[in-house]
Amino acid sequence: MRELSLQVLDLVRNSIEAGATQVALAITEDFTADRLTIEIRDNGRGMNSEECRRALDPFVTSNQTRKAGVGLGLPLVDMYTRQCGGCLSLESSPGKGTTVKAVYQHSHLDRPPLGSMTETVKAIIIGNPKLDFRYSHTVGQRTFCVTTYELTGILGDIPLTHPDVLIWITDYLSGHFNYLYGGGPGENH
Amino acid sequence: MKTIEDLKRLREQVQSDTRLRYTTGTKIIIGMGTCGIAAGAREVMSAVLDEIAKRHLQDVTVTQTGCIGMCEKEVLLDVVRPGEDRITYGKVTPELVPQIIAEHVVNGRILEELVVGKFSE
Ligand code: FES
Repeated sequence: MRELSLQVLDLVRNSIEAGATQVALAITEDFTADRLTIEIRDNGRGMNSEECRRALDPFVTSNQTRKAGVGLGLPLVDMYTRQCGGCLSLESSPGKGTTVKAVYQHSHLDRPPLGSMTETVKAIIIGNPKLDFRYSHTVGQRTFCVTTYELTGILGDIPLTHPDVLIWITDYLSGHFNYLYGGGPGENH
Repeated sequence: MKTIEDLKRLREQVQSDTRLRYTTGTKIIIGMGTCGIAAGAREVMSAVLDEIAKRHLQDVTVTQTGCIGMCEKEVLLDVVRPGEDRITYGKVTPELVPQIIAEHVVNGRILEELVVGKFSE
């Protein structure tokens, strides 16, 4: 899974498996500090410190902690961040949700590419229409933010999988990602 | 670039468009546990969404599910047509998706050679 956007998809899945109804994903690419930060904050059932420790251990994660909604993604992300001059932090307490924060040196040669965030965000929004999902992405001075709530609010009873809506979502997301990386002006900057 | 305003206009159009082309009410469920994603579940999901848009299929829902415990058969994709068994396809690739949609979702013909499980709902 050598693509950060796939790891993100996996971590968001963890949150959902942990019972989260709200997930906020924030990606910040700060060139001045040479840092890429991925933060995922959820309101799932959370973990105590022992569960957190186990969630990061690749040898136990596959079995026991599955119940707590932790896949193999966390140890993987932990490994990548450390290889790239960064670190992973896990903040969680039972009943209070979990915040995962992965920091990488942006310019590090071994840093996995971000990959297609368009596909990841699309998969999350469409595959989990009841999830209160918030995505924000900052690249230097430019920011893009979208929430499931905003889209479903406009659509009313029209499903996100309506064919015309699917086309709109794809264009909307890819257009804004272009904007983030230097394309024309966006609408929420 | 597409904007939120475009989505609002789109809603008006869709609401006034009463010509439903297919009303299948079919559910498609994609296994998105860690190994599902590693095996290409996101790309399979994209292919499904592309196909829905291309064929202009209405009333098909696409959802994700976590680990199903059949890692070696990933990517797993389930099709549930209303009133029929839940059919699980294994080792699904984006290339197989148009066939699954055309045969099973639209025409109701199960692709037996790709099936790894059948469940009565
Ligand atoms: S993640 Fe694939 S079966 Fe568990």
